[in-house]
Amino acid sequence: MSTQQLPAQLPIAKAINAGLRAAMADDDKVLLMGEDIGTLGGVFTVTAGLEAEFGERRVFDTPLSEDGIIGSAIGLAMAGFRPVCEIQFDGFIFPGFDQITSQLAKQTNRHVGSMAMPVVIRVPYGGGIGAIEHHQESPEAYFAHTPGLRIVSPSTAHDAYWMIQEAIASNDPVMFFEPKRRYWQKGPVDPSNSGLPLHAARVVREGTQGTLVGHGAMVGVMLQAAELAAADDVSLEVIDLRSISPIDFAPIISSVEKTGRLVVVQEAPSFVSVGSEIAAQVSERAFYSLQAPVIRVGGFDVPFPPAKLEGLHVPDADRVLDAVERSLGY
Amino acid sequence: MSDSPATAVQFLDARGERVSSAASERFSEYADEVTVELLQSFYRDMLVTRRFDEAAAALQRQGQLALWVPSVGQEGGQVGAARATKRQDWIFPAYRELVMARVRGVDPLQLIDMLRGNTHGTWDWQSTHFHQYTLVIGAQSLHGTGFAMGLALDGKASTGNRETDAAVLTCFGDGATSEGATSEAFVFATSYQAPVVFFCQNNGWAISVPTSTQTRTPLAVRAAGFGLDSVRIDGNDAIAGYAVTRALLDKARVGDGPGFIESMTYRIGAHTSSDDPTKYRSSDEVDEWGARDPITRVRLRLEAESVDDEFFADVDAEAADTAADLRARISQRPLPTAESMFAHVYSEPHPVMAAESEWLRQYEANLAGES
Ligand SMILES: Cc1ncc(C[n+]2csc(CCOP(=O)(O)OP(=O)(O)O)c2C)c(N)n1
Repeated sequence: MSTQQLPAQLPIAKAINAGLRAAMADDDKVLLMGEDIGTLGGVFTVTAGLEAEFGERRVFDTPLSEDGIIGSAIGLAMAGFRPVCEIQFDGFIFPGFDQITSQLAKQTNRHVGSMAMPVVIRVPYGGGIGAIEHHQESPEAYFAHTPGLRIVSPSTAHDAYWMIQEAIASNDPVMFFEPKRRYWQKGPVDPSNSGLPLHAARVVREGTQGTLVGHGAMVGVMLQAAELAAADDVSLEVIDLRSISPIDFAPIISSVEKTGRLVVVQEAPSFVSVGSEIAAQVSERAFYSLQAPVIRVGGFDVPFPPAKLEGLHVPDADRVLDAVERSLGY
Repeated sequence: MSDSPATAVQFLDARGERVSSAASERFSEYADEVTVELLQSFYRDMLVTRRFDEAAAALQRQGQLALWVPSVGQEGGQVGAARATKRQDWIFPAYRELVMARVRGVDPLQLIDMLRGNTHGTWDWQSTHFHQYTLVIGAQSLHGTGFAMGLALDGKASTGNRETDAAVLTCFGDGATSEGATSEAFVFATSYQAPVVFFCQNNGWAISVPTSTQTRTPLAVRAAGFGLDSVRIDGNDAIAGYAVTRALLDKARVGDGPGFIESMTYRIGAHTSSDDPTKYRSSDEVDEWGARDPITRVRLRLEAESVDDEFFADVDAEAADTAADLRARISQRPLPTAESMFAHVYSEPHPVMAAESEWLRQYEANLAGES
């Protein structure tokens, strides 16, 4: 992969932009498509400048149809292209749900392995931006439930830069969930070394008395909770999931073997969620290491509330610490 | 022989002159209903709404609103179409139908509540017959169609009585015509001859995407292909909006088939307060459309009809009052309570809602106790 000159610190949105640029420069079969991604550069400016650089043939605004975007991306992939689709907001992916779950996810299996499906679907997701309805959802569990899809979510600029390139390089469909409220969070990017494979989880803080695991915007919340806990002499380990499907259980299990306690943190409602899957598998695989039941901290099982209530709905460090306290109480 | 659906119907041109053409002939009977008095009401609705719109945009910039969605420039078609509805009719808006909301009696502060982040929607749709905004593009086109099917099944429409039968006006933008739901709505509406009229405001843009990306053929021509009685209008002409919507609603309400109106207009402002239109369109285009302002032409007409200054002063006063009322009341809107998150997810009691609501109550109480 080509190495570009990058500033020492990049916001996540710009890191994705740089990753897209690198992938497009490497492979002229890579296409970007979506609503308002061309001239405007996307409503979050993630594709800014790419239409000017690569032309309207490779970076194009589509008609306003998510079903149309995903369905035609499948056809483009069948024709040998590697489309990267932008869905403008989490809550607007559902008009494309049928194409994703019944078609995109199943083509390779239907074609008995003779057809790859290198389609990436980028989805800005999650709350915390004071938005109106449908602009703050965390729908990843719907897709994690569908065999045939790979699902990832970066939480740092470095991962954003590399994971988007790895997602595009994958011959399978990858859903790329971008924690939109962290788009402007800056971090270093090493353009010479990705560090970890696409589907690996990462221990981002070491600790001994409990483990926190989560993804996307919740990584920052977990780190904040761990910091607060440390002030109270409670040592927490924090794991950034990075990949939601498949889940890299090895670092989670070894962490639980060390700490004996696990709290799973997510923005999505807890009922039938990614956190539920982690809780179930950790109970199966590390039962004798657990000193407390796995506790999930998530959004409530309600439609994402109006902006004025989102502070109550989306887990914050206090909610995480409340769960840690309960866990330590066993 | 009817005209091509691509010829726009116009009754009031940009200079405020009454005009007609072969395309408008079919609707002239309805245009004649627009007395000076009715035209004055159009003017009032448009001007008061514009001032409210501008005040809300300013409040958004001051952090009082999460988002603002302006209607500036699109008031003409909107007021005509909304005034064309009868009391028993229903409107399914998208999210840019500010004038229609006023005409149907929606409390503008309730609309503000939604854009302030207090609620997802609260106005009284049952009494105003103005449904909640739908933000998922195109979805409401099917809801309006199904609702119309229901009116017919219930004997509230399609009985052949023009006075009492109800009909539905379903709104969306040019971008929305690309969503599958919108085409599906056309199919259902025509298949069941549902009493619905689709009101498409073609304002030239779907955020940064021009209408030419959505369609290579006039939308009115496309809609005609579905079997809808399809008419294109000058969307900045309130009289055309009124006359054509009246005609198509009356046809639809008695069971003679659904209609489609392509209202050719322009979004003078930004898509929403989050948008910067200078990134994708020229100011020449904006100026060109500014010269076709829907309010100015009605004013010119009213002046030509010798409406006195007192009337205009009165409308200005109402507009100023409405904007002042918004500024005064906006910060006093009631905040949503924590338990409201759980209260309306289901119509019937639900164990998870009860448990989570109680959990949050105790959690909050503990937090308060700790600090
Ligand atoms: C299903 C869906 N996809 C994307 C969006 C984001 N979005 C909001 S408004 C808009 C453009 C709509 O254009 P148009 O239908 O022409 O109506 P206008 O806003 O111009 O009135 C888009 C893409 C959405 N709200 N819903």
